Amino acid sequence: MAERRFVTIDGNEATANIAHLTNEVAAIYPITPSSGLGEMPDAWAAAGRKNIFGSVPLIVEMQSEAGAAGAVHGALQAGAISTTFTASQGLLLMIPNMFKVAGELTPTVFHVTARTVATHALSIFGDHSDVMACRTTGWAMLCSASVQEAQDLALIAQAATFESRVPFIHFYDGFRISHEVNKIEQLTEDDCRAMLDMQRIHEHRARAMNPERPVLRGTAQNPDVFFQARESCNRFYQAVPGIVQKVMDRFARLVGRQYHLFDYIGAPDAERVIVLMGSGVGVVEEAVERLRNEGQKVGLVQVHLYRPFDAKAFVQALPKTVRRIAVLDRTKEPGALGEPLYLDVTAALAEQWTEQVPGTPMPLVIGGRYGLSSKEFTPAMVKGVFDELARPNPRRHFTVGINDDVTHLSVDYDPHWSTEKEDVVRAVFFGLGSDGTVSSVRNTCKICGENTPMYAQAYFVYDSRKAGSVTTSHLRLSPRPIKGSYLIHSANFVACHQFQFLDRIDMLSLAEPGATFLLNSPYGPDEVWDHLPMEVQEQILKKNLKFYVVDAYRVAREAQLGVRINTVLQVCFFALSKVLPLEQAVQEIKDAIKTTYGKKGGGAIVEKNFAAVDGALKALHEVKVPGRVTSKTHVVPPVPAHAPAFVKEVLGMMIANRGDELPVSKLPCDGTFPTGTTQYEKRCIAQDIPIWDPKLCIQCGFCSLVCPHACIRLKVFDPALLAKAPEGFQAVDYRGKEYPGMKFVVQVSPEDCTGCGLCVQTCPAKDKENPKHKAIDMLPLLEHLHRERQNWEFFLTIPDLDRTKVAQDTVKGSQLLRPLFEFSGACAGCGETPYVKLITQFFGDRMLIANATGCSSIYGGNLPCTPYTTNAEGRGPTWNNSLFEDAAEFGFGFRLAIDQQIDYCRVLLGQLASQLGDHLVRELLENPQEDDAQIARQRQLVAELKRRLQQIDAPAAKELLASADYLIRKSVWSFGGDGWAYDIGFGGLDHVLASGRDINILVLDSEVYSNTGGQSSKATPRGAVAKFAAAGKPARKKDLGLMALTYGNVFVGQISLGANPLHAIRTIRAAESHRGPSLLIALCHCIGWGIDMVQGLEHQKEAVTCGHWPLYHYDPRDEEHPFHLDSKPPKGSFKDFALKEARFAMLARSKPERAEQLFQEAQQDIYARWALYELLAKSGKAAIQAILQGDGDGKTGAPTAQTKKEVEA
Amino acid sequence: MTVDLATQYLGLALKNPLVVAACSLTDHLEKLLQMQEDGASAIVMHSLFEEQIEHEANELQRVYEQGADSFAEALTYFPKIEEFQVGPKAYVDHVAQAKKELRIPVIASLNGVSPGGWLRYAKMLQDAGADALELNIYYIAADLNQTSAQVEEQYLDLVSAVKKAVSIPVAVKIGPFFSSPGYMARRLVEAGADGLVLFNRFLQPDFDLEELRVVPHLELSTSAELLLPLRWIAILYGRLKASLALTSGIHRPQDLVKAILAGADVGMVASVLYREGLAAIGTILHGLETWLTEHQYTSVQQARGALSQAKCPNPAAFERANYMRALISFTSQVR
Repeated sequence: MAERRFVTIDGNEATANIAHLTNEVAAIYPITPSSGLGEMPDAWAAAGRKNIFGSVPLIVEMQSEAGAAGAVHGALQAGAISTTFTASQGLLLMIPNMFKVAGELTPTVFHVTARTVATHALSIFGDHSDVMACRTTGWAMLCSASVQEAQDLALIAQAATFESRVPFIHFYDGFRISHEVNKIEQLTEDDCRAMLDMQRIHEHRARAMNPERPVLRGTAQNPDVFFQARESCNRFYQAVPGIVQKVMDRFARLVGRQYHLFDYIGAPDAERVIVLMGSGVGVVEEAVERLRNEGQKVGLVQVHLYRPFDAKAFVQALPKTVRRIAVLDRTKEPGALGEPLYLDVTAALAEQWTEQVPGTPMPLVIGGRYGLSSKEFTPAMVKGVFDELARPNPRRHFTVGINDDVTHLSVDYDPHWSTEKEDVVRAVFFGLGSDGTVSSVRNTCKICGENTPMYAQAYFVYDSRKAGSVTTSHLRLSPRPIKGSYLIHSANFVACHQFQFLDRIDMLSLAEPGATFLLNSPYGPDEVWDHLPMEVQEQILKKNLKFYVVDAYRVAREAQLGVRINTVLQVCFFALSKVLPLEQAVQEIKDAIKTTYGKKGGGAIVEKNFAAVDGALKALHEVKVPGRVTSKTHVVPPVPAHAPAFVKEVLGMMIANRGDELPVSKLPCDGTFPTGTTQYEKRCIAQDIPIWDPKLCIQCGFCSLVCPHACIRLKVFDPALLAKAPEGFQAVDYRGKEYPGMKFVVQVSPEDCTGCGLCVQTCPAKDKENPKHKAIDMLPLLEHLHRERQNWEFFLTIPDLDRTKVAQDTVKGSQLLRPLFEFSGACAGCGETPYVKLITQFFGDRMLIANATGCSSIYGGNLPCTPYTTNAEGRGPTWNNSLFEDAAEFGFGFRLAIDQQIDYCRVLLGQLASQLGDHLVRELLENPQEDDAQIARQRQLVAELKRRLQQIDAPAAKELLASADYLIRKSVWSFGGDGWAYDIGFGGLDHVLASGRDINILVLDSEVYSNTGGQSSKATPRGAVAKFAAAGKPARKKDLGLMALTYGNVFVGQISLGANPLHAIRTIRAAESHRGPSLLIALCHCIGWGIDMVQGLEHQKEAVTCGHWPLYHYDPRDEEHPFHLDSKPPKGSFKDFALKEARFAMLARSKPERAEQLFQEAQQDIYARWALYELLAKSGKAAIQAILQGDGDGKTGAPTAQTKKEVEA
Repeated sequence: MTVDLATQYLGLALKNPLVVAACSLTDHLEKLLQMQEDGASAIVMHSLFEEQIEHEANELQRVYEQGADSFAEALTYFPKIEEFQVGPKAYVDHVAQAKKELRIPVIASLNGVSPGGWLRYAKMLQDAGADALELNIYYIAADLNQTSAQVEEQYLDLVSAVKKAVSIPVAVKIGPFFSSPGYMARRLVEAGADGLVLFNRFLQPDFDLEELRVVPHLELSTSAELLLPLRWIAILYGRLKASLALTSGIHRPQDLVKAILAGADVGMVASVLYREGLAAIGTILHGLETWLTEHQYTSVQQARGALSQAKCPNPAAFERANYMRALISFTSQVR
C-alpha cells in the first residue's frame, strides 16, 4: 500500500481530493466558499486524473445549483456515483431535489462549505444557517471540525451513504476550514478503496433505472398511501448512526484516527459541558485544556453526526457528573424557542437522561449563538460561556462574541484571556493583494508543514474591496497539532509589508511584548524611526519590540521582480523567526520557487526569484530604536471629521478594522444604509495618478467616461468662481459654442484614484513634440497629492451645470453630468463600472436598481462604504440586491409597484381634482416626462401637489401625499453579470422581457463568472479557458440578444464603451426611453480575460473589429427598420484577437490542436452570426420575426455557416 | 548532361545548395514536407527566441497573479493548468517531429539572450535530434558606453560556450554591422563556428504617422539585397575553415547562381517563399540546373567560388575600387 504522507493544504483541497477519488460524476456550480471544491476536480479531470474506479470523473458545470442538484439526482438514478459541492443560497436551491434524493433512498454525499444565508445582508462567510435549512430534507448530516476531519469525514460519509442508502451532507465551516491551510495526514487511494464496500456500490448500480429491468419512480400518491409510504424509510434512518459508527471504527482500524458520533473531550468528572460542532470545537478544546489545568471541571461534546441525531449516543457521551450544559449554535432562527442543536440536545436529554442516569436530575441546558458569518470565536469567549454556566442563574438563551446592548443577551468575557502557548510561532503579516504576501505565507506554511516535524496553520483575511485590498495573513507554527481556529490576537512576529499601512492600520496592537516587528521600508535602519507615526513609535517602545527593516521593493526591483515582494519578505521571516536553520530555509524557498515557476517555462523567473532570495538577506537590518518618541505625525483617522455621525461612529469603526467592537444598537435593524459613503473613505491606493495638462487637452471627455471609479471628472463653470480657487488650480476656456465665456476643467480625485491608467490610455491628445506626453499623464501620487487634494476639494464646490441644458447624447455632454456612482471597491481598471456610472449620470436621480449578486453587487453594496450617491438635491439611485438568480424578477417587482402606485395616484387625483385644480391635475397626468426638462417640470408639479394636498383634510389627500412621488417618472433597472443573465437568472430574465413592462436590464458581460473567480458561463466564448472549462470551452457563446429579439417588443442593444462610446451612450439612452422592456448587453473587459487591464478598452475594440462582439441595436418602435448593425463587418481573424488574451492563449499553449480547432469554429461562429445580423438589418419588423421564428416561405431561416468570402462580399 | 548539384554544409551532405532559411513557414509540418517535396536540401527551423519564451512565461505569471489573493471570493481567476507549453517544449517537440518526418537535414535555430538560456536551449535542441544548430545572434548595441570590442567578445564567448555544450555542428548567423566583418568572421570560426550565415535581416522599427508611435516592421527581402552578402561571401571564400551560407536576396535562379559563384556552400531562401509560395524552391533549383548546364558546368562544386575574390579576374572589384567605379558609372549615366 502506498505510504500516507503529510501535506499542508486547505479544507477544500483535502475534501476535493476524496470527492474526486470516490465519485464518477459531479455536477457543479460556483458559489463561495465552495467553488474550489469543484474547480480542483475539474482541473484534475482536464489533466486526466482518475478516480479509484479507474475512470476520469465527469465534471459538468450547470446553470445553477438547482440544475446541479437535478443533474446529480439524475446521475444517481442512472447508477453513477455522483456528488456536488455548494453552500448558502446554492444549497437552498438544491433543497427540492434533496427531498427527492432522500425520498428515493439514494446514496450520495454533498460536500458543503457551510455559509451564512443572506438575510438583512449577504455574507460570504461561514455559519450553519444553510445546512440547518436542510434539516427537514431527510439527509444525514456529518460535520467536520478541522482540515484533517474534512478529509477523513468526507470518506467516512462516502462509505456510510452506500451502506445506509441515506444521502449525506458532509459539511464544514466556510472559510475557517474551507480556506484554512493546515498540516494533515493525507489518505491514499488504497485507503479509499479499503473504506468503500464495493458490494454496496454494486447494489446502488443494480437499483439504477435501466430499460433492461425497468422500474418507475416518482409517482404521484394520494391520501390513501402517501403517509404509509413515507414511513417506510424509517428503518434506514434508524440504522444510520450504527452504520456511521461502524464505518468510523473501520476507519480507525485502517488509519488510526478514531471518531465517534459524539466525541467527549475534557474532565471525566466535568460539571459544566459545552456542546457544539464545527470549527469552534478546537477553540473550545483549547479553553477546556487550560481551564482543566486550572482545576475546573469542564468539558465539551463535539457533534459529528448531527442527523440522524442519536439521543442515546449523545447522552452516553456526556460525563454523568454534568450539571449544566451550554449548547452553542452557529446559526440563528428568529422566533424559535432555541436554535436547532439546542432543541435537539434538550429533547435528547428529556428522552434519555433519566433512562441512562437514573436518580440524577437532568442537567440544566442553555443555548447560545456564536460565530455568525465567521465572527471570531476565541477561547476567551468559551471561558465567558463557562462562566455564564457557573452563574447561579445562567441565561437560558445568550449570544457570545458581540455586545448586544439592545436585548442584552450577550455574555461578557475577558478578551485578554488567552490559551496561546509560548512555544508556538504566531505571526501576522499585513500586505496588499497584489504584493504576494498571501502566497508567500501560504508557501511558508507549506515549507514548515511538509519539511519539518512542525505543525503549521495559515489563515487569510481579505478586505471587502477588489482594488488595493489589504490582506492579513495569520500563521501558526507549533510542535503540536494546531486546533485553535481563530485569528492571532497576540503575535510574536508582526510584519508590515506596506509602509503606508502604518498611517492607517493599528497592527502593533497585535504584537505581544518583546515581539519582532518587520517593516518593509523605503527608509534604512538609521532614518526609518523619524518616519513612523507617533502611535507606532509609542507601541514599539512600550512593548520593547525588536524592530527590523528591509527595503523589499528595492530588492525586488533589482531582481527585476517588479512589485512582487513576496520572496524577499519570506526570506526575512525565516531569517528572523529562526523556525528553520537559515540555510535550509533558503534551500526550501528556492525549491518552492522552482516548483512554482520552473514548470511553466519560467527559467528567468526562477533566476530572478533566486536573486531576490539572495538580495533579501543583505537588505535586512535591525533598527536601533531610540529611547523616546520623536514623531510629530499621527495615524490618519478612518474618516474625516466632517463625515456624518453614522459614518463616523459605524462605518469609520469598520474602516478601522474595529467593526467587531460595534454594539448591536449601532447597526440598522433591517439592513438599510445611507448611500454615498465611499466619499468619506480616502484610501490613497494609487502609486501614480493622472495629471491634466490643459494646454494639450481637446476637451473630449473620454478620460472621464472610461474612469471606472469616477475619479476623473469634467466641469464647465463661470470664471468668476476662480476667484476662490486654490493656487495651482487649472482651468481653460471652454471649447465649443454651447457655453461661451465659461471655463473648463478636468480634475482628478487623488485619494480615490486606483491608478489603473485607463484614462491616460484612452486620451487621444498627444504632445506633438513629445508624443509620450499626453493631455493627462500618470505621475507619482506623492508629488501631486497635496495640490490635487486641494484642487479636488475646490472642484467639488463648483456647481453642476443645469442638466436640462447639456447635450447629453455626446461623450463630452454625458461627462458634464454628475456621476451618482463613485469610488467603488471594484478592481482597478474594471470594465463594468464605467457603464454603471454612465447610467447613473443619465438617470441616477430617478433610478431604482435591482442588482443580481456578483461583482456589481459587491462593488455596489459591500460594506463598509458604498458607491451609489446623491446629487446636490439629495436625489440618487436607490439600490438593493435580492439574490443571484432573481434580479430581473426583483426589478420587475419594483416596476409593478410603481405602475400600481401610479394608477392609484391617478384614481386619487381624479377624486381630488376639484380641490387640487383641474389644471394642475391635467398637467401632472399629461406631462410625457421624456427628457430632463419635462421631468424637472414634473418635480415642480409634484411639489405643488404636495403643498396643496397638505391643505386638504381628506383621507384621499393623505393617501395621495404618501404616494405622490410615484408621479415622477422612475427608471427601473436590473443589473447583473453574465452568470446571472445567461445562466442562473435566465429563466426570470426571459420572463421579464416577455412581460412588456418598462424595465431596463443591463447585462455586464465579462464573459466569465468574475466575482467567484473566473468560472465559465454560457457567455464564455468558444475556445476560452476558464475554471470549469479548463480544457477550453467547446460550445459557442450564447446569443442572448438574439433570444430577446424574438419577442419583437424588446429593445435590445449590444454595446462596447471601448469600441464605440458614442454608440454606447446613444443606445443606453434609447433603451431607457423605450416604454417597454430593454436589454443592454455591455462588453466588460475583466481580469478573467488574462489581459493587462490598462489595455482593456483596446481589447474591447479588437473584439468588435474581429466580429466577436458586433455592435447593434434593435428598437421596436421602428417598424420599418428596427435592427441596426452598428459596427463594421468582421476584419482580421478571431485567432489573432484571441491570442492576445491569456484566456485563449492558455489553450493554445496547453492543447494547441484543440485550440486551433476551436478558434476555427469560433471564426465560423462570427461569419454565421454576421450573416444573420446583416439579414436582420435589411429586414422590417415583421420580416425579422419571420426570420427568427423560422416561419414563412422557408427562405428566411437563419443562414448556416457562411464562407468568409460571402460575408466580406 | 546531368549536373551534380550536391554540396556540403556544416559537414552535412546536401543534395543541392538550396536551403530554406529560418522563417515562420517552418512552423507547420505539412509545409516542411512540401518544402522537402519541392526540392529543398535542408531546412533551418524558425528561431526559438529565448526572449519571447521568457516574456511569455513572465506575462503568463503576471496574468495568473493579477488580482489573485486580493478578494475572498476570487482568490484566483484561472484554473490550474499544469501542462502549459510556454517555454521551449512546443518548439523542441516540433523539431523532433520534423526530424522524424523529414529525410533532409533539420537545422534548429536559436536566438538567445542570456548565457544560461543559450546553453540550456542549445542542449535541448541537440537532444531533440537537430542535425545542426544555427545561432541567430540578434543584438542591438544601443548602450553608448559599450565598445565594439566588448560586443564582439560577447559573440565569441557565446559561440565558444555553445560549441562546448553541444556536439552537433554550429552555424552562426550574423548581421553585416561590424567594423571589420572579415576579422569577425575569422574570430567566430576560431571560436568554433562550423559555418557562417550571411547576413541576418533585422526587424526594424517603423513609425505610425497617425498615432505617432513606433511599430516593429519586417519588409520581405528583394534581389537587390543580394549584393551585400554576395560581396562578403566572395571575400571570405577559401579563407576560412567553415561553411558559408548566403541568405537575404535569393529570389531568382540567377541569385542562387551568384551565391555559388561567390563561394557559398548553400543559398537560403525565405522571402521568395512568402511572395511566390513554396513552388519557388523548384523554380530556383530548375533555373540553377539550367544555368549550370547552359554554361557547361558539371557540378555545383565546379562553379563554387568562381567569382570569389580569390578566383575572379578583378579581385579589387570587391574592395574600395569597386565602390569608386560604381560611383563614376552612376554619375556618367546621369550625364
